[in-house]
Amino acid sequence: MKEISQLRLPDDLRYAESHEWTKPEDERFRIGISDYAQDQLGDIVFVEFPQVGDAFKKGDEFGTVESVKAVAELYMPIGGQIVSVNTALEESPDLVNTSPYDEGWMIEIKAADASELESLMTRNDYSETLKGLV
Amino acid sequence: MRYLPHTDEQIDAMLKVVGVKNLEDLFSTVPEDCRHTGCLNLPAAMTEWELNDHLGALSETMAVSPEFKVFLGAGSYEHYIPASVSYLLSRSEFVTSYTPYQPEMSQGTLQAIYEYQTLTARLLGMEVANASLYDGASALAEALLMSIRITGRTKVAISALIHPLYRRVAQTYLAPAGIEAVELPYQSNGKTALEKINGLDDLAAVAVQSPNFFGCVEDLRIVGETAHAKDSLFITCFTEPLAYGLMKTPGSQGADIACGEGQSFGIPRSLGGPALGMFASKMKYVRSMPGRLVGQTADMDGKKGFVLTLATREQHIRREKATSNICTNNSLCAVGAAMYMASLGGSGTRALARLNYDKTEYLKCRLREVGFKIPFSSPGFNEFVVEFPIGFSETYERLVKKKIVAGLSLSPYYPELANHYLLCATETRSKAEMDTFVREVAS
Amino acid sequence: MNESPGTTGLVLNEPLLWEKGKRGRCGFSIPRRDVEPAPLDRELIRESLDFPDLSEVDVVRHYTRLSTWNFGVDTGMYPLGSCTMKYNPKSHEKLAGLNGFAGAHPFLPLGLQQGALKLMHDLECFLAEITGMDAVTLQPAAGAQGELAGMLLMHAYHRSQGSPRTKIIVPDTAHGTNPASAALCGYRPIPVKSNEKGILSAEAIADVMDENTAGIMVTNPNTLGLFEENIRQIAEMVHAKGGLVYGDGANMNAVMGVVRMGDIGIDILHLNLHKTFSTPHGGGGPGSGPVCVKKYLEPFLPVPRVIEANERYRLSEDFPQTIGKLHAFYGNFGVMIKAYAYILSLSAENLKKASRLAVLNANYIKETLREVLYLPYDRPCMHECVFSDRFQIKQKVTTLDMAKRLMDYGFHPPTIYFPLVVNGAIMIEPTETESKENIDQFIEAFKAVVRESEDAPELLREAPTKCKARRMDETAAARRPCLAG
Repeated sequence: MKEISQLRLPDDLRYAESHEWTKPEDERFRIGISDYAQDQLGDIVFVEFPQVGDAFKKGDEFGTVESVKAVAELYMPIGGQIVSVNTALEESPDLVNTSPYDEGWMIEIKAADASELESLMTRNDYSETLKGLV
Repeated sequence: MRYLPHTDEQIDAMLKVVGVKNLEDLFSTVPEDCRHTGCLNLPAAMTEWELNDHLGALSETMAVSPEFKVFLGAGSYEHYIPASVSYLLSRSEFVTSYTPYQPEMSQGTLQAIYEYQTLTARLLGMEVANASLYDGASALAEALLMSIRITGRTKVAISALIHPLYRRVAQTYLAPAGIEAVELPYQSNGKTALEKINGLDDLAAVAVQSPNFFGCVEDLRIVGETAHAKDSLFITCFTEPLAYGLMKTPGSQGADIACGEGQSFGIPRSLGGPALGMFASKMKYVRSMPGRLVGQTADMDGKKGFVLTLATREQHIRREKATSNICTNNSLCAVGAAMYMASLGGSGTRALARLNYDKTEYLKCRLREVGFKIPFSSPGFNEFVVEFPIGFSETYERLVKKKIVAGLSLSPYYPELANHYLLCATETRSKAEMDTFVREVAS
Repeated sequence: MNESPGTTGLVLNEPLLWEKGKRGRCGFSIPRRDVEPAPLDRELIRESLDFPDLSEVDVVRHYTRLSTWNFGVDTGMYPLGSCTMKYNPKSHEKLAGLNGFAGAHPFLPLGLQQGALKLMHDLECFLAEITGMDAVTLQPAAGAQGELAGMLLMHAYHRSQGSPRTKIIVPDTAHGTNPASAALCGYRPIPVKSNEKGILSAEAIADVMDENTAGIMVTNPNTLGLFEENIRQIAEMVHAKGGLVYGDGANMNAVMGVVRMGDIGIDILHLNLHKTFSTPHGGGGPGSGPVCVKKYLEPFLPVPRVIEANERYRLSEDFPQTIGKLHAFYGNFGVMIKAYAYILSLSAENLKKASRLAVLNANYIKETLREVLYLPYDRPCMHECVFSDRFQIKQKVTTLDMAKRLMDYGFHPPTIYFPLVVNGAIMIEPTETESKENIDQFIEAFKAVVRESEDAPELLREAPTKCKARRMDETAAARRPCLAG
């Protein structure tokens, strides 16, 4: 497993305590899991997606991510409606490991309330919480 | 006691290391008010020889072949088990090993189960089979729960010709989830009536058994089409897998899930347990499947090997969200079934199935000849219903005294079928035995 | 020090069944045909069955070779925590194979199956006596099915009291089957943490127990190998709010003849015959999970039940409040025979001795291995003890690495990464059938592995090297499942 200093934590994202990240992309928000989360889980074998069109509130469980020996729930960092899911992960779930912020994105949503973004952590705050976990 | 190797000297030496005076002191963390002070009231210990005598005497009270000719099926079938299969299954590396969680030292079990999964899938015409469930009844229950998970619906349609005890087990499993089970009645030809399905919406699955409890082969293709027209899953269950050595498979007829009892394949009846829950489905549903799965992979040297996989469905990882709570299954019985299927082979299975079919048809014919009614005209396998005259129970008793068990009375399960009996004749019933049976019931 | 058991030896490769054989071979003596072929509609017949055609020699070689790749209790020590891998007596295999038992149809007229009914009835009585409970069902086919039965019993009881409840307390040390079984019954598991002593405190239960909680599922001794010392207070607290205490009896091997669960507040208890009562594990089953209950839960037990009157036995379904059926017939009778024989072989004195020696063996291991492995709960243990890889993690050697290297020394590894409350848990349950010599060998081997973790850790990471196979690519197996050939 990586040391905190070895983790990639881009500046332009916001992070949830449950290790999801989110990034505004025009009208939509992209969501995935952080480098810390993928490192902890190990080789990802499967991602369970919601249906396009489903709506969730902030903090709701929207899917799961599986490694060989573990399952983790995925929680909405902000509330909204699913507009697309990353179907590339069906064939290549390993993208979550190799590229958690780019090709390993999971869902895109239309935010119910964009101001919820403010309640998420900045890169520095998230990094601090990770130090507390070790 | 030969299973307790410790000598007094060794016990003393170990107590010293642990730092207590005697064995009693090892239980210091058990509060006084939790300790049992008396002695357990159990019979005095028996030597191996006394045990043999005692259990021998108990076993001799049981009515079994060759002394008794038992024409009973109904979910438990008498088939010959080759000595080679019993011998191989007694190898202690198979018997005394645990679940293969450490694959490097369990490749024997893992390859054997992978082979079982493959042969089961081929037998049933399905894409993937699991490593076993407890029995045909719980397999049906799990299939229904699986269809509910997949479709998100809360109603299932279940044929009245599925084994009555399987339906009761399914009921027990479905009750807590508040699932509504609609019963599909049977027709006069001995097959399930499907009309009710048309009036139902929100069906998770339609389940029939084939060959059904009356021994008749269902029109699986039509059932499947009817179920799929309602966007529901099609479950075929079975109690006699040997039928699929001869008859069209559930998979070829559109089944989404095929499940049932595998006891016929090399597993002794043993009063109904341990049995073998066979379970197979389409590959697209595999992540919703209950039970263990063995997958082929490679080890770090690149050599082919086998490992338990997709374990995230199971209880030890998913806990309350698991596809089932099953942990221990019927692995050794599955290995036994694989040995049996391997021994029979493709043409052997066909030949044995055909022989079973012909034996049953012979008995049916002879009974018709002497004037008994065979009420259900549809083609069947291994068992059939015969209508005996009123008061047959006396004849039944008389036959028992002659060491013949004349099948299963249906009236406890189907009150409208008084004096109807379910008879079974497998490859283990000779022509002479069947002739004797016919002569005795006709007299 | 003696040589460790692990060595190399010639073990043969063996292909898959369908990679062998030749068309037309058969390994089965097809019975004599004495009836004519009957008419059969061609429309009903399947396409040809794609099974390999093998001779008996092919089949025997195949499975004999496969068996040599396995490690069983008969091969060597198998110290899996909470699995109770004790010796499986061979006389029981013979007894279960007696024709009168093995060849018996479950629907035989009652007068023709008295021996089996008596066996089941007597086994129920023995288990009730050993556990201090009032009534028993032998129907559940395994521990997990016993847990489901237990949950259904709880549910039925509460409904009959007019107080249906929706939650159940599940400790953090519980086996995964506990919350899974609870969920199957519609209960929401409420987690509760064990305290710093590794056991449940009465206060923690009091915090969560209310009139909407069906009760608690407790394993005693728990999966840390520790006796739940506060069990009586916990039971009182749960009962006070109208709840029931479900006991997971997987760890019964620690306390036979020492503690009777029924006497300390347990209302429902399941047992694992394939653990405590010596029936073999069979590579994953079959097992048997009887459930023992207090009198007030007897009306809800699954049917049919064996009733005895004047030494005649019958089966009765006359229990209107029954939870129903879990098994098509009566449960795993073939497994029950072996447990029955075991109890008759050992009887009260030796069952108690077995538990005491199991606890002695575990404490002996605890006191010797603590020199090299971190002991998270430094307290007397019961029949199993839990270590972790905290000392070794600093060198980036994990529990997994140590477990894999133990195989090269000729031992099946202990249970790893369970219970979840200990990171990198190593749960060791020797059982009473391991002699001091075997255990000393095991301890030496583990110490050698720990020394290697310091001096030559790559030996652990490459391990095992002496087994038929090396570490498997489990990621590929899960990403691209290949589940049939």
